[in-house]
Amino acid sequence: MSYFELMGFGPKGWGWPMLMAAGMTVAVASCGFLAGSVIGSLIAWAKLSRSIVARVFGDGYTTVLRGIPDLLVIYLFYFGGSALLSGIGQLFGGSGGFIGVPAFAVGALAIGVISAAYQAEVFRGAYTALARGELEAARSVGMHTMLMFRRIVAPQVLRYAIPGLGNVWQLALKESALISVTGLVELLRQSQIGSGSTYKPFYFYLTAALLYLVITTVSTWGFQRAEDYSMRGLRRA
Amino acid sequence: MAPSSQPAAVAIRDLHKRFGPLEVLKGVSLSAAEGEVISILGASGSGKSTMLRCINMLEVPDEGEVIIGGETIALARDRKGRMCPADRAQVDRIRSKVAMVFQSFNLWSHMTVIENVVEAPVHVQKRPKAEAVAEAEALLAKVGIADKRDHYPSHLSGGQQQRAAIARALAMHPQVMLFDEPTSALDPELVGEVLRVMRALAEEGRTMLVVTHEMGFARDVSSRVVFLHQGVVEEEGPPAQVFGAAKSERFRQFISSGR
Ligand SMILES: Nc1ncnc2c1ncn2[C@@H]1O[C@H](COP(=O)(O)OP(=O)(O)OP(=O)(O)O)[C@@H](O)[C@H]1O
Ligand SMILES: [Mg+2]
Repeated sequence: MSYFELMGFGPKGWGWPMLMAAGMTVAVASCGFLAGSVIGSLIAWAKLSRSIVARVFGDGYTTVLRGIPDLLVIYLFYFGGSALLSGIGQLFGGSGGFIGVPAFAVGALAIGVISAAYQAEVFRGAYTALARGELEAARSVGMHTMLMFRRIVAPQVLRYAIPGLGNVWQLALKESALISVTGLVELLRQSQIGSGSTYKPFYFYLTAALLYLVITTVSTWGFQRAEDYSMRGLRRA
Repeated sequence: MAPSSQPAAVAIRDLHKRFGPLEVLKGVSLSAAEGEVISILGASGSGKSTMLRCINMLEVPDEGEVIIGGETIALARDRKGRMCPADRAQVDRIRSKVAMVFQSFNLWSHMTVIENVVEAPVHVQKRPKAEAVAEAEALLAKVGIADKRDHYPSHLSGGQQQRAAIARALAMHPQVMLFDEPTSALDPELVGEVLRVMRALAEEGRTMLVVTHEMGFARDVSSRVVFLHQGVVEEEGPPAQVFGAAKSERFRQFISSGR
């Protein structure tokens, strides 16, 4: 079987499963990335807070999550989640056997928690690039804190953050490959399955690499467009 | 100006402000009647900006009162014993009546000129968008930058940016305008265009407090000149009087030093 037959869309081809798996990769990475944006902005807010407790918590979060291996975080979530569910199962009179957690949710959450540590840094940096005078001007016209956040701070922070977020997105994409250990059929896991049943691992991993490159290229282009659009009128920080 | 029963447009009474060990304002009192233009002079570090920033609570004074249009801004002490506004809503309300023009313009860089001008009227004062835009266009024409309507601040000269900032301030329909060295960041050839706009505002009868080093403006335009020195009012009076025969030796030195 030639490479093109093997990766084609015919009855014996692996084209569709591989494409579906690429879709799964994008889905789990995106959900994780978005979860990371929510958690990350909260952490950034804690790091910028006037309260020492909040700052220590924020700094601790980024230090710990950037310090321990990503794979370990995924295992902790996966087995921690399972242990929790099994415990709850037992409480309700279950057999006490192992209960698997939904791999997609755990994967997205794990990526989110890791990604948040990096995004928090990006948001914090973007906030410090804001001109203080513009915030004073906002206060001087009577904007209350939430309005100022919505109209002045958030739009500018987002703009300054786009390049950094692009990098963090690439990281999330790569981390999604680690989720394969939980059995979620994303690109890497699908390649493992395919190689196992056809004994053509090189073809599968080559295809996976190409698909990752396509995803990266498209998203790089997308972030670049977003940056060009949002930076109109803004000086570069 | 004759004293009247009308409350002063803005008044400060016995204002004190410390930054750590440094006492910047040591009991400053000042009041501006409706339509008065007061120039505030003083050497660098004498507390001019701090005084102006206390009026709209960008700095909270440690002691003393700020009274805008007869309404005293309520202050209280927080848990650590520092002064803070007792009523945030009151401060926001008063701020939208007291417009400030900054030395470094501080236009919002992600908005075009027209967006800068309509921002507060629409989102703070909740005026209808169409009305705010029409008025903003008239204001831009008034300060002479109607053609810059859709430009971003970074694409304007300093003088144009400051005129846009003045239009933004005017759009609030302020009762008092505060200017903190509005021409100090400008190249010399751009100073004139901003001063012309400010003169026109003074002639309209607006109440203005202007921190400036432009002696010509202080002499010709203001109804009163206040000279701050090390956190106290050292000299005060109509320009003809203070520039002609200042009581304070320091003020005479200050003007002769050419600042
Ligand atoms: N937020 C602050 N924290 C600490 N010190 C401050 C702060 N703001 C002002 N100061 C100090 O207070 C003093 C008075 O400052 P202020 O800005 O009011 O002076 P100024 O008269 O406006 O001077 P300039 O002509 O240079 O603008 C200065 O010594 C300044 O360093
Ligand atoms: Mg100053």
